[in-house]
Amino acid sequence: MGANDQGVIGQPVRRKEDHRFLIGAGQYTDDVNVHGQTYACFLRSPHAHAVIKSIDTAKAKAAPGVVAIFTGADLTGVNGLPCGWLITGTDGKPMNEPPHPVLAQGKVRHVGDQLAIVIAETAVQAKDAAELIDVDYEVLPAVVNCVDALKPGAPQIHEQAPGNKCYTWALGDKAAVDAAFAKAAHVSKLDIVNNRLIPNAIEPRAALASYSRSDDSYTLYVASQNPHVERLLMTAFVLGLPESKVRVIAPDVGGGFGSKIYLYAEETAMVWASKQVNRPIKWAAERSESFLTDAHGRDHVSHVELAMDKDGRFLALRVDTVANMGAYLSTFSTCIPTILYATLLAGQYTTPAIHCEVTASFTNTAPVDAYRGAGRPEATFVVERIVHQAAVDMKMAQDEIRRRNFIHDFPYATPVALTYDTGDYDATLDGAMKTADVAGFAARKAESAKRGMLRGLGYASYIEACGLAPSNIAGALGARAGLFEAGQVRVNPTGSVTVFTGSHSHGQGHETTFAQVVAGRLGIDIENVEVVHGDTGRIPFGMGTYGSRSLSVGGTAIVKALDKVIAKGKKIAAHLLEAAEGDIEFKDGKFTVAGTDRSKAFAEISLAAYVPHNYPLDKLEPGLDETAFYDPTNFTYPAGTHICEVEIDPETGVVKVASFTACDDFGNIINPMIVDGQVHGGVTQGIGQALLENCVYDPESGQLLTGSYMDYAMPRADDVPSFKVETRVTPCTHNPLGAKGCGEAGAIGAPAAMMNAVHDALAEVGVTRIDMPASPHRVWQAIQSARA
Amino acid sequence: MYTFEFKKVDSVAAAAELLAKTGGRPLAGGQSLIAAMKMRLSQPGTLVDLSGIAELKGIRKEGDAIVIGAMTRHAEVATSREVKSAIPALAALAEGIGDRQVRNMGTLGGALANNDPAACYPAAVLGLGATVHTNKRKIAADEFFKGMYETALAEGELITAVSFPIPKKAAYMKFVQPASRFALVGVFVAQTAGGVRVAVTGAAGSGVFRCKPLEDALGKSFKADAARAVRIDAAGLSNDLHGSPEYRAHLVAVMAARAVAAAG
Repeated sequence: MGANDQGVIGQPVRRKEDHRFLIGAGQYTDDVNVHGQTYACFLRSPHAHAVIKSIDTAKAKAAPGVVAIFTGADLTGVNGLPCGWLITGTDGKPMNEPPHPVLAQGKVRHVGDQLAIVIAETAVQAKDAAELIDVDYEVLPAVVNCVDALKPGAPQIHEQAPGNKCYTWALGDKAAVDAAFAKAAHVSKLDIVNNRLIPNAIEPRAALASYSRSDDSYTLYVASQNPHVERLLMTAFVLGLPESKVRVIAPDVGGGFGSKIYLYAEETAMVWASKQVNRPIKWAAERSESFLTDAHGRDHVSHVELAMDKDGRFLALRVDTVANMGAYLSTFSTCIPTILYATLLAGQYTTPAIHCEVTASFTNTAPVDAYRGAGRPEATFVVERIVHQAAVDMKMAQDEIRRRNFIHDFPYATPVALTYDTGDYDATLDGAMKTADVAGFAARKAESAKRGMLRGLGYASYIEACGLAPSNIAGALGARAGLFEAGQVRVNPTGSVTVFTGSHSHGQGHETTFAQVVAGRLGIDIENVEVVHGDTGRIPFGMGTYGSRSLSVGGTAIVKALDKVIAKGKKIAAHLLEAAEGDIEFKDGKFTVAGTDRSKAFAEISLAAYVPHNYPLDKLEPGLDETAFYDPTNFTYPAGTHICEVEIDPETGVVKVASFTACDDFGNIINPMIVDGQVHGGVTQGIGQALLENCVYDPESGQLLTGSYMDYAMPRADDVPSFKVETRVTPCTHNPLGAKGCGEAGAIGAPAAMMNAVHDALAEVGVTRIDMPASPHRVWQAIQSARA
Repeated sequence: MYTFEFKKVDSVAAAAELLAKTGGRPLAGGQSLIAAMKMRLSQPGTLVDLSGIAELKGIRKEGDAIVIGAMTRHAEVATSREVKSAIPALAALAEGIGDRQVRNMGTLGGALANNDPAACYPAAVLGLGATVHTNKRKIAADEFFKGMYETALAEGELITAVSFPIPKKAAYMKFVQPASRFALVGVFVAQTAGGVRVAVTGAAGSGVFRCKPLEDALGKSFKADAARAVRIDAAGLSNDLHGSPEYRAHLVAVMAARAVAAAG
């Protein structure tokens, strides 16, 4: 099979984009330079919580090279940053939504909170001048822990949020859950902390904002995952500009993991200021700023209880969670621990009754928002940790308790608002167990024991919901944005194709995967397909990339546009071949009159469309350029089982990942190499969360203690094993690609599999609880406590 | 980074003169200093680059010692035939410092003059009872390290070389801090002509120290179990996100035991 037929779909085609990245020809925001550009530096709070008594910029304004300095007081007519999802509490009231000023107004609420933008001829001059700004602070007590923030007497962060509460929200039938617990034969319980993470994209956030006096318009280059969302929020909610006057370009972007979805203060201030100074302004975050100000992830504290009958069948699940919002509501912060969390608590199981209550609190920490998995890793961790504990309590095998409770009949409506369309959970569990050689585990454990080592095995049978949809249901649940995607297929006269997609690629390989979809469907060479993304000046209005939605939603929009192209192509072919439209078949890049050898190649049709000399102009417009917007009817439900095997050195507490197996069902796969890569990256991040990464603020001062790589432990290549990755396929039933999404699965399944393995290994020395990250120090301490 | 003057010199004398004149700082490999300058934590007015001084480079055997020039890079020590055959523990220690980029830039003299309390080289210098040569004098290892980022070096005094006596046996075991991969606890154990020496880095904020209980135990019986049986006092050891004093104390004995086993 050549690369120019349908066979290109499902092939491990090498990534088209990698050449430019590997030769250093990638064009990131900080690589873009425009004539006359200035540089911004943001003055940031050194305190976690303080009243700003005064800001004196006089000395700084006189410093060499300074063009302008603006503080919160200068931003008249500029609104605060909006939150994109309104949560309505159990009391029927909307969440508390305090202002999120672009530059601090009156108070600073976390270390790194921005007070002023300093604009100068060079980046160093801007930084030097920022040091000359004199701020008189009245330092206030700070609170950083989400549970502590809700306690009486905690420092109050916002006037508009009494008791530091954003909302208390619930999902599920509480009465049914209470009744099921009352008749349960056994109840398993756990307290769980889902540790706070810092995203650490390899490219820090960056922006370049320009204003044009000639047409009163703005151009913003920004490291963003979704330029249209950025533009919509910035213009409509904050700056009061027509969208038509702002072009947002997200060029090559070096990773996001969610952290570049949001509208941030920095680029907003820069767009506003670019008109004030009538000069382009550039800023790239230093790594220290990334640690302090990128939206962080996770940070939940939960209590979970699972009721079972005497045979280990799940009767009901009860979950109470406190979630940290940080100091302000980031763009999608509020829906993460609610809509994207509680709805996933059925997991792969038939648990008939589930109730989850979530309280979100404000703290003196950086805002918390979606981070790879966004709510679903937290849900999976709760479910799979309690299932592991239940098997231990019931003295059942880990696979047996899962099988006994698996959903088998689809579609399946969970008690937490979702309807799973399809899946085969036994298949992925069987696959993972075989590949992980579970049968040989006892022998390996015995061999480890001979060396004084503890060995453990952990399972996570996860489910996720990707391609958040449909828009009208999400709207009813509080979403303030649509959740469709747009795709445009422009066939050029000689048959090459330019695809404009609203999805954004920042590591996912869309330029290859989408090209495969187009090349496969049109029967053209993949080299003749160019994918354009990330520029509101070129692409149709799109929602961008998050939540593993690009192929299932963005890809489907492209397919729908391709369908229109092919339908029009058939009309043109029918005219050229003097046949009825209904007799034209399109296959392998050719329009053929059914049952004959009369055909026209794809490029002949496209040429006819743009050189319409022999063309049905009375019935058909010239040109071959079609756009489709696709709003999915349901989420997609990737699922699978991850099995992790660890070996722990009880003398030092070091946890070694002996093996990691992922057997996933992502539906149909376009490029298995890219999918494997996504799983490898996701699992590595999951292992990072479980063993290494931890964002720590000092509980007294509110200072970020893990503000650099000296203290924030990122996973390195030698922290992870060579992964065993495989897939099973049940195609998604409601999109034409049958695709479900794969970007987050690794980060969703891995933490639970890892920690179940750690608990399994430590059970024999009497350890019953250890929180993430299972660092050597913590493991050693847990062993000492258990022995004491 | 703040602006600074950069000067490159070709002799120790010229460097000393320039440092005295400008009040600047010597630049060796720059793997700590440049990072601190980039974060604006260090603000030297003048940097005097020592990388062009030939007399500070090289590795040679002199009698019963290996002498290593102060500007010798970690990677050169790690791969040196002389070091590998005479003191393999020292080559292995150098091989474990930082990452490849750090090892290709970082120098022995820079690491010692900086005396980071979690650095590896001080453990080898103290563990082997080495002698630090400067442009003014020779300083015994036991007199050189004076606490966190503090040494016996006087203003303007430059390390020129370090003379490491060849031990009978030696090994270094490092337990890495998970984020930085500096030593959370590093233990250098050596059987020398003058007896067993055990130097510990990473464990204490005051920097590298000799561990007498371990030296006594291993002096009697140079066996892993003898080290493992020693209870190390946690008092005075560091307490941070990555380890309590008790954990560090425990690791000192464990790493010492593993070093003894590795020394053969």
